[in-house]
Amino acid sequence: MTVAVNPSTTGEPVFYLADEHPHPEGYSTSLGFWIYLMSDCLIFAMLFAAFGVLGANYAAGPAPKDLFELPLVAVNTSMLLLSSITYGFAMLTMQQNKIAQTQMWLAITGLFGLAFIGIELSEFAHMIHEGATPQRSAFLSAFFTLVGTHGLHVSCGLIWLVTLMVQVGKFGLIEANRRRLMCLSMFWHFLDVVWIGVFTFVYLLGVLR
Amino acid sequence: MNTDTRAAHADDHHHGDSHTHSTFSGYMLGFVLSVVLTAIPFWLVMSGALPSKQITALVIMAFAVVQIVVHMIYFLHMSPKSENGWSMMALIFTIVMVVIALSGSLWVMNHLNSNMMPMHEMTGMK
Repeated sequence: MTVAVNPSTTGEPVFYLADEHPHPEGYSTSLGFWIYLMSDCLIFAMLFAAFGVLGANYAAGPAPKDLFELPLVAVNTSMLLLSSITYGFAMLTMQQNKIAQTQMWLAITGLFGLAFIGIELSEFAHMIHEGATPQRSAFLSAFFTLVGTHGLHVSCGLIWLVTLMVQVGKFGLIEANRRRLMCLSMFWHFLDVVWIGVFTFVYLLGVLR
Repeated sequence: MNTDTRAAHADDHHHGDSHTHSTFSGYMLGFVLSVVLTAIPFWLVMSGALPSKQITALVIMAFAVVQIVVHMIYFLHMSPKSENGWSMMALIFTIVMVVIALSGSLWVMNHLNSNMMPMHEMTGMK
């Protein structure tokens, strides 16, 4: 870092930092995206806190034991975990510049993600059909907000995934697309990390209670 | 600034490609660990293998923490060196915030609940 002295017309020296060297495009994207994920993490922390506080207030309504089917949650968890590993394979084939294989793994990731969302929506529909709506009790409000926000994130990830598949199909694995795929990779794995918290604290501890 | 220093700059830092050093064995190891760390808590709760509910709760929470660390290392490629340590710095800050928010909310609200008079006692006090 150097300080350049620029003698101005008034004779007084003007100091400024002359380290504004050019950076390659997108060099700070991964750190910036990581910081976004950390802020997203805080949103989920607040929703977890709300669920932790309200999770036992059933208002004489259904309790987790009556509502949750752990085998279904296990299947859902495996869908998300499988989508994580297939996204990892997409990143590996991307490093080897294999466009067709990258697209194939991205498509498989998308199908697993779609299966996850499908199972979750059918679970929600089943609960609402039984009268366990978000309005029923504080527990259910907190449950639908927390799990619904996660599901919304996964849905956005799916839209992003399709967008990137179109991008890669059109422009190939150019530098910008690699960067975008890397960001989505972090987003997708981050959602799996949040799901670990959801299945442990909401489903398993709920049924245990 | 001429092109020589630009090239030197690009060589020094290796921006951006710190995330691309992922390997097949790394992903597979992370996946197998995750499957094991997911299967055991589900089995513990569904079979009721442990005698007390409290012990089961503590054990599955421990499994969750370990699995989160596994995901961070093998899937998110977290290391103290990535982004010159700034990713780790942001992560540590976030963990501190999350711990304060979660433990603080649960602690305060729990005390509030136990200090509040239940509704039915309140109606009987007239």
